[in-house]
Amino acid sequence: MILTSIQTFIIICMVTLGTIITRFLAFILFQNTKANHSYISYLGKVLPYSAIGLLLVYCLKGTSFKAPTYGIPEIIAIICIIVLHYWKENTLLSIGAGTVIYMVLVQFVFI
Amino acid sequence: MINLKQIKTALKAAFPHTIPVFTGFIFLGIAYGILMKSKGYGVYWTILMSLVAFAGSAQYVAITFLTSVFNPVYALLMTLMVNARHLFYGISMLDKYKDTGKFKPYLIFALCDETFSIICSAEPPEGVDRNLFMFFITLLDHSYWVLGSALGGLLGSMISFNTKGLDFVLTALFIVIFVGQWKAQKNHKPAITGVLCSIICLIIFGQNSFIIPSMAAILAVLSLFRKEAKKAGNLIREEVQ
Repeated sequence: MILTSIQTFIIICMVTLGTIITRFLAFILFQNTKANHSYISYLGKVLPYSAIGLLLVYCLKGTSFKAPTYGIPEIIAIICIIVLHYWKENTLLSIGAGTVIYMVLVQFVFI
Repeated sequence: MINLKQIKTALKAAFPHTIPVFTGFIFLGIAYGILMKSKGYGVYWTILMSLVAFAGSAQYVAITFLTSVFNPVYALLMTLMVNARHLFYGISMLDKYKDTGKFKPYLIFALCDETFSIICSAEPPEGVDRNLFMFFITLLDHSYWVLGSALGGLLGSMISFNTKGLDFVLTALFIVIFVGQWKAQKNHKPAITGVLCSIICLIIFGQNSFIIPSMAAILAVLSLFRKEAKKAGNLIREEVQ
């Protein structure tokens, strides 16, 4: 520990405060917005889809396509998950198999 | 009033949805606990951080604040930047969390990426209280994270099996939810917008600062779609008249 206990505690409070602000902000800003406020309710309907898209890219942001392994394990695993999920529609199976395939690829195939 | 049976059925309905998060959070939590320990922070600090901040990526970033010169303002600003995407989750959940009563503060407090993605798509089975169902998904995910980081802090580097690639389980969860949304929805524009804007901004701004530009781009494109839809709607209306 470089910081003192009190300094550490303050940093934890800051990280917590920052997280609380980002999570509560929308609810505070729009708490008095009427349900029929069309722009916000439009965003509420379409944003869940865009947000998951953003989250996916966020998860894969560290993947390098220019250097080994050229994103190949990620691409193979993603294709397997998509195919499996279209075919069987079993969430746990798709996630489990996809993860195992990815682990095998990065541990044994593309080292 | 909520009775014990309602609580049990809601918990039973919620648990299966959280299994992938269990795997991911236990693993990533352990990794976080080990990292904290290696920087000299004991298990109680780790538990406290995971309990009250409960924000994976921000907590990893926070390790740099804990191991450099004391700068609380910078810690706050960085956390706001790293977690900016939560603003989108809030807007998406305005309607779903509208009538959640006394659960609402906690549901919002612990709305992490994973909980958001599950609650976005999962519907409680018939007869299960919706608020309790969402509460348990949130609570379970939160406890997995605290449990995982506590384990990491306690066991330290005693664990040494090859877990390389296991963190992909959370990416897999998001892919499955993306595919599920895709199948359930006829209009794919919002999903495509989310992916494309983020990829373009990632290429332009790099992986450390692409989130906020991506959010701005997504908002701009979605607003454009709405304008066009309105125009088209007006045209149809005029034709009918």
